[in-house]
Amino acid sequence: MALVEIRDVHKTFGKVEVLKGVSLDVEEGEIVTIIGRSGSGKSTLLRCINALESVDSGEIRVEGERVHAKMPDLKKFRQRVGIVFQAFNLFPHLKVERNITLAPLLTGRTEKAKARALAEDVLTRVGLADKIDAWPEQLSGGQQQRVAIARCLAMAPHLMLFDEVTSALDPELVGEVLKVMEAMAKQGMTMILVTHEMGFARNVADRIVFMHQGRVWEQGPPAKLFANPKTPELASFIASAK
Amino acid sequence: MRSFSLIDLVSLVEALRWTVALVVLALGFGAPLALGLAMGRISRFAGLRWIMAACIQIVQSVPLLGLLFFFYFGMPMFLGIQVPAILAVTVAYTLYTAAFLGEIWRGGLEAVKQAQWEAGACLGLSAWQQFRHIIGPQALRLSLPPTVGFLVQLIKGTSLASIIGFVELARAGQVVSAATFQPLLTYALVAAIYFALCLPLTLWSRSLEARLDGSR
Repeated sequence: MALVEIRDVHKTFGKVEVLKGVSLDVEEGEIVTIIGRSGSGKSTLLRCINALESVDSGEIRVEGERVHAKMPDLKKFRQRVGIVFQAFNLFPHLKVERNITLAPLLTGRTEKAKARALAEDVLTRVGLADKIDAWPEQLSGGQQQRVAIARCLAMAPHLMLFDEVTSALDPELVGEVLKVMEAMAKQGMTMILVTHEMGFARNVADRIVFMHQGRVWEQGPPAKLFANPKTPELASFIASAK
Repeated sequence: MRSFSLIDLVSLVEALRWTVALVVLALGFGAPLALGLAMGRISRFAGLRWIMAACIQIVQSVPLLGLLFFFYFGMPMFLGIQVPAILAVTVAYTLYTAAFLGEIWRGGLEAVKQAQWEAGACLGLSAWQQFRHIIGPQALRLSLPPTVGFLVQLIKGTSLASIIGFVELARAGQVVSAATFQPLLTYALVAAIYFALCLPLTLWSRSLEARLDGSR
């Protein structure tokens, strides 16, 4: 059984059908990168996987459990599925440590005495142990995004979703975030990424999924897909992304 | 006729406790109600949002004096019950406070980005936990200066209670003025006392504005 099973998912916003029957499986430990032009539905698909959006038809299962906005264990489910956003969304009124420990403490994952050690541990994993007492606004964009990743890691998720996490960063800050993600990939985390970083997609991903007009247009291992795109849409996308 | 003496000043300062009492009552009952109104105004239920908006609109559109008249003079006429003055003013000032603070706090809540709720939800927090630990504290900081601004309005607004015979600071001024025939001196003192009460709040509000840049 795949960790994530997506079956014929449709999603409409107003009159625009964003997802037109998407099916996709993601195995445990797999790194899947979703690429495609703006409006191809890739971010929407990602948001459906942790029920930030609910699907109109079809179904999504994570670890066999059907995902939808009204699922009884939604809170428990979201503790197992981390998501990192383009805009970081750190809590600006809380220091880095509290940003990280807030959810583990409130959900009973950790106790007060161990919270700081947990924050130190996940910050070390993203290379920011020295920023534990900083305010978010004192950090660069790249550092904020790494704290956002650490905040997810503190929940020990089984699956991590990344929604264009480097798109809001200055070019020189992209590398540090990608490096953290690459390290996570090596440690066996199951990851689904929406990204425009073709280099990262090529080097780190196990599989590339090219979405076009609300459908999975083409997918396969990166080397094969980039070398021999089967569809003209992917070929032109690869050419334009270079 | 007697001349203005220390006794008169004492009676003014003594009447001040009613001004303070009115403010405390208005805040004590009005602030929780305001929080409820603010949360109702940002609820995902359209019906609730509409009802809260209507309540706020009605209270905000009626002059405070009108509210006082309604509860003190109107209630006996419409319902045939004589309402004690303290109850009438408490209800009137509570509604007044709730309506204005409710709108101020709604603005504060809405000024916090939607993505902050989302970030909390994605970490598995309940809606209440998101409000309590993420949205509320940020909204409070954004709302503090206008909240203090309203507090100053409220303090001055308690002078209207004198119209229905409530002996707070303004009414005590009328009494002293009538007894001493020294209206200029008396009302100048009354004004000075209001000023002394409001100035620290205004200064406090300023320092808050300077200290809290809205993000932390």
